[in-house]
Amino acid sequence: MAVITTPETAAPGGATPRSRRRRRSRLPYVLLVPSVAVLLLAAGYPLVRQLVMSLQEYGLAQQFGQPAEWVGLDNYVALVTDSYLWTVILRSIAFCLVNASLTMVVGVALAALMTQLSTATRLVLQVGLLLAWAMPVLASLTVWQWLFDTQYGVINWVLSNVLGQEQFAGRSWLISPLSFYFVATVIVVWMSVPFVAFSVYAGLTQVPADMMEAAEIDGASAWQRFRAITVPLIKPVLLIVGLLQIIWDLRVFTQIFVLQDAGGVARDTNLIGTYIYRLGIGEGQFGLAAAASWFILVLTVVVAFYYIRVLLREEEP
Amino acid sequence: MTTATTPAAAVQPAPAPASIRPNRDRRRVRRRLYGVLAVVLAVLWAFPVYWMVNSSFLPGNKIRSSEPTFFPLGGTLANFGRVFENGDFLTSLRISATITLLTVAATLFFGFLAALAVSRFRFSGRTGFILTILFVQMIPAEGLFISQFKMLDGWNLLNSVFGLTLLYVAAVVPFTIWLLRGFVNGIPLELEEAAMVDGCTRTQAFFRVTLPLLAPGLVASGIFAFMQAWNEFTLALVIMTRPENQPLTVWLKSFTEANRATDWGGIMAGSTLLAIPVVIFFLVIQHRLTSGLVSGAVKG
Repeated sequence: MAVITTPETAAPGGATPRSRRRRRSRLPYVLLVPSVAVLLLAAGYPLVRQLVMSLQEYGLAQQFGQPAEWVGLDNYVALVTDSYLWTVILRSIAFCLVNASLTMVVGVALAALMTQLSTATRLVLQVGLLLAWAMPVLASLTVWQWLFDTQYGVINWVLSNVLGQEQFAGRSWLISPLSFYFVATVIVVWMSVPFVAFSVYAGLTQVPADMMEAAEIDGASAWQRFRAITVPLIKPVLLIVGLLQIIWDLRVFTQIFVLQDAGGVARDTNLIGTYIYRLGIGEGQFGLAAAASWFILVLTVVVAFYYIRVLLREEEP
Repeated sequence: MTTATTPAAAVQPAPAPASIRPNRDRRRVRRRLYGVLAVVLAVLWAFPVYWMVNSSFLPGNKIRSSEPTFFPLGGTLANFGRVFENGDFLTSLRISATITLLTVAATLFFGFLAALAVSRFRFSGRTGFILTILFVQMIPAEGLFISQFKMLDGWNLLNSVFGLTLLYVAAVVPFTIWLLRGFVNGIPLELEEAAMVDGCTRTQAFFRVTLPLLAPGLVASGIFAFMQAWNEFTLALVIMTRPENQPLTVWLKSFTEANRATDWGGIMAGSTLLAIPVVIFFLVIQHRLTSGLVSGAVKG
């Protein structure tokens, strides 16, 4: 961490003769060429193309060579007047908020717990979290499908045989939308909590111990100390981690997509990512899908804007 | 474990004032409880990972049994054998390995050059560039894959390793620049200058002094790129439409679909094989990644 927080003073700045000479140098621009080229090619051009495509009639016929016709804002109008799009957007936002807040609450609680542990137990907890964090998404998803398996899944077995809840024997978890989202939430929270817990724990270890002691001697209760000292000091971390969770949970695609193919009803469980996929790649309605993509882009950019502001404010002293 | 704190108390049996005693006892009890809670939570979080490995060693009759088997005693490697015999696995492994290596090489090289520019020079457009990479890094693949699909389709790069790699490099290079920038900032320019005073040229000073010091940063960024490319699913699914071109993540999904009803042991073996390289690498650089994402957010 120290490596990264090092202030910018290490780099040449100010009005020394050397830096003035460098300012005119062309070298930095040359160094940027490969990165800028790749970004323009794989992100910049698609963005422009997406805008163009969203203004065209671009369906399967165009896929087979017919010229795309300009239709102005027709695609957007079609989407906005379709109540299904709004259902999907509201679902996505609700799913994102529920998952992001659950992840934050559990993550912060685990981080706080870590500060109260002996070194050995803390290591045990950290190893457990790290294992979950390190898992590739696809591997996690297959394991969770196996855990929630209707017939031989260990979760149904524990619920019905160990806890005696007979109604869970042979339960299919993915068929009803609510239960589908429950499974998705369990998976998303399980895999996101470690990052939050470790980041917040790193923040908590920076809280000066003598300040806490002084407050304790002055008679502040544990809760008061937490509110008055800890929270203000780790607020930037909480903000950054929270915004990242929102950004990541807005775009959740893989979990939903895989669970849908594993037995969920796509129409009842689509979030914005899977909706765009099924509209574009699935049905070949590229114009509509391109227009729909702007909704997720704009939503993300709004949140990302706050994230970057906070990040830069903290970065530059 | 939790007794780590008790020796101090044992050395001082001097009777504490009666009012403090219960307080300290209560504290010790609470610490024990926290310890137990932590172990329970650790088990809960690690269990799916354990279950994957455990199931990958179990023979079919133990997998399909009304009582789960919690330890792979008398396990078998047959599940792994079936995965390898499935010809698609090795093809997908080769494709994943190629894409991943290309992505790592390209992002490291491009990101390194850009990080040098951003960190060692002041030039007009520098702040704009930093802001752009921060924003680009946030663009969700789900918001762009439709036009990326159409673009690669138009260039005849669908189902091509090169096309998918291009998208991966663009997705990973912003964070690489951000991460490496921090590492370059951490190396004082004075070191290079000292080498130049001692007679090195600027280039020599860079290669002999700065580059070796950057090695940990390059390793961290390289592993980050590795994990991104190896784990990626969404773009792979969209771009690699033909079964014979699927990287491992997409292969695992098709394999799961095909064998869900019959062969969870094989599926878990496949998942374990997908996870092994990533888990190992991840444990190596976990610390650096956390600090990169929330860089500078903590000030002691």
